[in-house]
Amino acid sequence: MPIIKQKDYKTWKKFDRKRDLLNWICWFLGTLIFSLCFGLISSNTIWFYVFDSHNEALDLLGRMIPPETNYFYTLIKPIWDTLNIATIGTTIGTLIAIPLAFLSANNTTPSKKFIRPLALFCIVSSRSINSVIWALLLVAVVGPGVLAGIIAIGLRSIGFCGKLLYEAIEEIDENQIEAIEATGANKAQIMTFGIVPQILPAFTSISIYRWDINIREATVVGLVGAGGIGIELDAQIGDLAWAKVSVILLTIVVAVVFSEWITAKIRKAII
Amino acid sequence: MKDKKVIWERKPLIKNKLLRIGLILLISTYLISVFLTTEIDWQRILEGIPRGKNFIFAFFPPDFITRSDEILAGIFESLWMTIVATIVGIIISIPVSLGAAKNIAPKFVYFFSRGIIALSRSFQEVILAIFFVKLMGFGPFAGMVTLSFSTIGFFAKLLSEDIEEISKSQAEAIKSTGSNWFQWINYGVQPQVMPRFIGLSLYRLDINFRESAVIGIVGGGGIGSTLNTAFDRYEFEIAAAVLIVIISIVMIVEYTSSHLRKLIK
Repeated sequence: MPIIKQKDYKTWKKFDRKRDLLNWICWFLGTLIFSLCFGLISSNTIWFYVFDSHNEALDLLGRMIPPETNYFYTLIKPIWDTLNIATIGTTIGTLIAIPLAFLSANNTTPSKKFIRPLALFCIVSSRSINSVIWALLLVAVVGPGVLAGIIAIGLRSIGFCGKLLYEAIEEIDENQIEAIEATGANKAQIMTFGIVPQILPAFTSISIYRWDINIREATVVGLVGAGGIGIELDAQIGDLAWAKVSVILLTIVVAVVFSEWITAKIRKAII
Repeated sequence: MKDKKVIWERKPLIKNKLLRIGLILLISTYLISVFLTTEIDWQRILEGIPRGKNFIFAFFPPDFITRSDEILAGIFESLWMTIVATIVGIIISIPVSLGAAKNIAPKFVYFFSRGIIALSRSFQEVILAIFFVKLMGFGPFAGMVTLSFSTIGFFAKLLSEDIEEISKSQAEAIKSTGSNWFQWINYGVQPQVMPRFIGLSLYRLDINFRESAVIGIVGGGGIGSTLNTAFDRYEFEIAAAVLIVIISIVMIVEYTSSHLRKLIK
């Protein structure tokens, strides 16, 4: 942090000239990229609709309010399905993620050359395909319904849990493992008494975190036919029954808030 | 006192025995009720297995060439959308995250900002996209607005948590020099949260690109629209090509962003 002398008084500046110039160039480039990208977007946009959107929004709100509250009773089964998709999907995902994480962690993998890259590839490809796309594929294979949603959520969760879990495994304390080893434990015993207790807190918090995310994801897999409240949402939007759509949205908000409350409770109980 | 064997037992995860048994009972009743209420059509699944096989074989070989123009256009549109949406989202979430930090904002601003965050977090991007497409018409603009809006919830929440954890003495030191509010934020708070800020922006860039692949399915532009068109035309070879392109770009983006984040740390 330089102090610049100008004639007879000193000024403090946050950065020196070089850093100032660098900052300026970064800002300039950033603005340039931003405006270029925005220009490309705007050339593909019909601005008339965008400028008209506030009228559209008011119109939509007028149709959504008041919500058709009676409709809620038909939503009980779909929201129950949604919760199940999230819960069972998370369970399946984490169960598959555990061996994958052990195979891809640097310190537990049986072979660094062959198995580790393979396991990492499984993790990354599961992570990079969104659960909606998984659902889109699975609906074609197992047919529309809750099962497709469960598998889609499960497949998407593998990557997420696997990645966080193998990072946790790589950060374990080696001394504890050595201590277990010194008692003459075999490989399986080292695993259960040396590694598992160390990653158990991370594992629980990861799976709870993923469950919270999955509640949200499970609300949309239905849009492509994979069960849960999304099917209702898709149907009612298709029917332009906006008074029912607003009930669905409110239900989703309640479910999300509920899941967030539960995760916060469990996390507090564990930590 | 003859030799009484001392056997060590592993400590249970949950100490309270009653709670432990209660939880197991609760979980098993839940699982049973799930199995009783979920209709799984095994007939359909058995039917689906050969169909699924055909379906998966229809993906091979991935066809990058026939519609390479559309794939390229979709990818670039997704990239623009991602960049613009991340920047716009971050610019909006800076004031929101300042407002959502308990140690900076007054009570009513705090609750207002937390409300914005909760609103943006409670809906999945796809649901938001349906509404923004309805309001603003098809195309990348609606997708961009969706991504910016969902960026706010993510970014402001995590950044405000970081702002709440800043060291008070540094901020107070700036205040004691007689700085005004903006100088206080700029010199007292901002330098402390900057590493986290950059890390989060890179992380969000990565997420936004991934999400841009799905919001296209409901009309939000980008590579998702290309994918959806390919599915609608039953051109599975092209869909496979699009999926491979998405996976590889996500891998590149994720790899660079995690590498950059490590560099900054």
